[in-house]
Amino acid sequence: MAAPAQGTGIFAASSQRAFYAQIKKVYAFYTGGFLLFIAALAILEQLGLPKNWIGYLFLFATIGLYAGIGVMSRTSDATEYYVAGRRVPALFNGMATGADWMSAASFIGMAGTLYLLGYNGLAFIIGWTGGYVLVALLLAPYLRKFGQFTIPDFLGARYGGNIPRLIGLLAAILCSFTYVVAQIYGVGIITARLTGVPMELGVFLGLAGILVCSFLGGMRAVTWTQVAQYIILIIAYMIPVVWLSVKQTGIPLPQFVYGKVLERVSAREAELTKDPKELQVRDIFKQRAATAAAQLKDVEKSYADGKAELAAAVAKAEADNAAPDVVDAAKKALAAFPSDAATAKALWAKESQLAKRANPPIHHAEPFPGKDEAARDVSRRNFLALVFCLMIGTAALPHILMRYYTTPSVQQARQSVFWSLFFIFLLYFTAPALAVLVKYNVYTHLVGTAYAAIPQWVASWQKVDPALLSIIDVNRDGIVQLAEIAIGGDIVVLATPEIAGLPYVISGLVAAGGLAAALSTADGLLLTIANALSHDFYYKMLDPSASTTRRVTVSKALLLVVAVFAAIIAAQKPADILFLVSAAFSFAAASFFPALVLGIFWKRANKWGAIFGMLAGLGITFYYMATTQPWLRSVFGVTTPVQDHIWWGIASISAGLWGVPLGFAVIIVVSLLTPAPDRETQDMVEHVRYPNLAGDTINTVGT
Amino acid sequence: MQLTQKHQEYWGKNLQITGILLFIWFVVTFVVTFFARDLQFNFFGWPFAFYMAAQGSLIIYVFIIWYYARYMNKLDIEYDVHEGEED
Repeated sequence: MAAPAQGTGIFAASSQRAFYAQIKKVYAFYTGGFLLFIAALAILEQLGLPKNWIGYLFLFATIGLYAGIGVMSRTSDATEYYVAGRRVPALFNGMATGADWMSAASFIGMAGTLYLLGYNGLAFIIGWTGGYVLVALLLAPYLRKFGQFTIPDFLGARYGGNIPRLIGLLAAILCSFTYVVAQIYGVGIITARLTGVPMELGVFLGLAGILVCSFLGGMRAVTWTQVAQYIILIIAYMIPVVWLSVKQTGIPLPQFVYGKVLERVSAREAELTKDPKELQVRDIFKQRAATAAAQLKDVEKSYADGKAELAAAVAKAEADNAAPDVVDAAKKALAAFPSDAATAKALWAKESQLAKRANPPIHHAEPFPGKDEAARDVSRRNFLALVFCLMIGTAALPHILMRYYTTPSVQQARQSVFWSLFFIFLLYFTAPALAVLVKYNVYTHLVGTAYAAIPQWVASWQKVDPALLSIIDVNRDGIVQLAEIAIGGDIVVLATPEIAGLPYVISGLVAAGGLAAALSTADGLLLTIANALSHDFYYKMLDPSASTTRRVTVSKALLLVVAVFAAIIAAQKPADILFLVSAAFSFAAASFFPALVLGIFWKRANKWGAIFGMLAGLGITFYYMATTQPWLRSVFGVTTPVQDHIWWGIASISAGLWGVPLGFAVIIVVSLLTPAPDRETQDMVEHVRYPNLAGDTINTVGT
Repeated sequence: MQLTQKHQEYWGKNLQITGILLFIWFVVTFVVTFFARDLQFNFFGWPFAFYMAAQGSLIIYVFIIWYYARYMNKLDIEYDVHEGEED
């Protein structure tokens, strides 16, 4: 990875082509080497290598590899540091974007979400892929022609002055930071699982892996590491699914054959919905929930009554001279009763949640389920709103848009979006298949089994974490009923190798894949935050005369600070982490999308329009979340009923549904009320619209 | 800077193809999904609505982007606004 040849001409052409050929060779060898590594570990496992050693080997080999790429790509050149020298071929930028994009949530959580939600979970699949159409058609080629370093750069140049840039950089930090905390949290969990260290320590171990890469080489190191990470994560995702598919359908292409499996799942759902044993279990849950709900109505009284009743039972048993085991049982029941009213309240609150488990299984293939037409309408509306927010958010997240600055040309930027979505598509069109295959396995093989003959993987995961999987014989008939299984989404991907009967080495591989997904996303996000602070704030606003070396040094120092800060927050295990990630999409959508798109397609959009548009979009999105999301409501002390704040039945996760149209409207209205942008700005818009414009003297390319 | 007639035409064609492809994107994403409950006929083993959300629309998205890149990269050359030989 030598220094790039600047400019055009015969020399640059041959060097770029040679570079491409060389990179292709390197990654072909790398992929082969990685497969050999897995094969070697599989052989060692057969020879008796202990499981935790396999975990350690995976962890150290992959992080060592990323670190090696980081060291090889170290640089202090600004173009190399910020945009990888603008010589990343379309295909590889696509892979890097794929890894950048797919986080721990996509890799580990997605199939589980689909398992739990059925059709309604597909909003994430559509939303997180369809957004790339907007990236390709409306943003990527123009941003590449503009050719600076960050997204606030574009806002600053297009709308003039530091205010649009400042709003842009604050919004970039807001959405990237919440997102990066979630990634580092994911890194901690996976590291802990691979090696057995505590999660807090895992966070900092993983952080070292992130830093050694992005710290030394910025975008250049991050890009080439992300390509390596994409290859690992896609191999890790595909092997278990393909194997499971071979076992269940006899065909190694799960994506093309799981329609048949889905049919069988639907048939089984119908059976299980009216199975008498299932009804019995659901009835038990219903009663327990109803009892708890009644007790919660007057906690103090129910607590006193409940305790008195048990104490009376003990006294009666003793007075009656009952058999010792009857007295013991009564005493035990009294001792097990909560020690005070507050504990009892918490316990009953938990019990009352069992009402959810009294529901019949969802119909996996049914869109927008609901008890009546009105409920189905609200469900559909929320599905579409979520798709809208995820799509626009995808097309506005700075760490993704930034990647299209790194291709050699506008043409390659266009092709690169295609490769990006293609590589993302490979995983996203497999996830729904995986969810259905695992569901089929659970519904037919696990349900109906005797507790004495429960599969090995169930027992072992139940021990690892009851939140992931817990099965209790509620009706005491010795047979597993579907309603007795409580499942956490992440188990679907994590347990697939064992369900498919693959050796432990594949479980290690899946964890390594999850780690690659989390690390690559964290790298991209940290770089975005550090660049916003060092490039947009320090260099463009505070000290425009700073030398290149100084800018890169400041950027590296800030990267370190931001990373450690994010890790400290992640180690606190913040509560509503999933909500924060989803919120990032709505914020990105509402703040960036209207200003970026109008900046390119409407010359009349001006500074004041952009300023007020971004603020209005962000403001209304924030307001809607603060008044409707439980955690934010408590933070801001909102006490009025939620119903008063909900508009049109839209959930807080889709707050961007209001922010985006308002952002567009405000930019248009305010721009028309204030003077048109000057000639120079309008010329700049022309400049970004044409890959190469004869007679164009503007050069926006950053150095 | 003065844009020539040819430049205007190039931009017009760009807007046209962008509009057409965005229209397809919109129909696939929002219109088909809106009527998902009514589109439950069997499609190669899947209920059609489920297939569209899980695979069909994704394939169309990939195709839209592929087609746009191909169309525009050709248009660049046709209207002589392509960049130098960099790759």
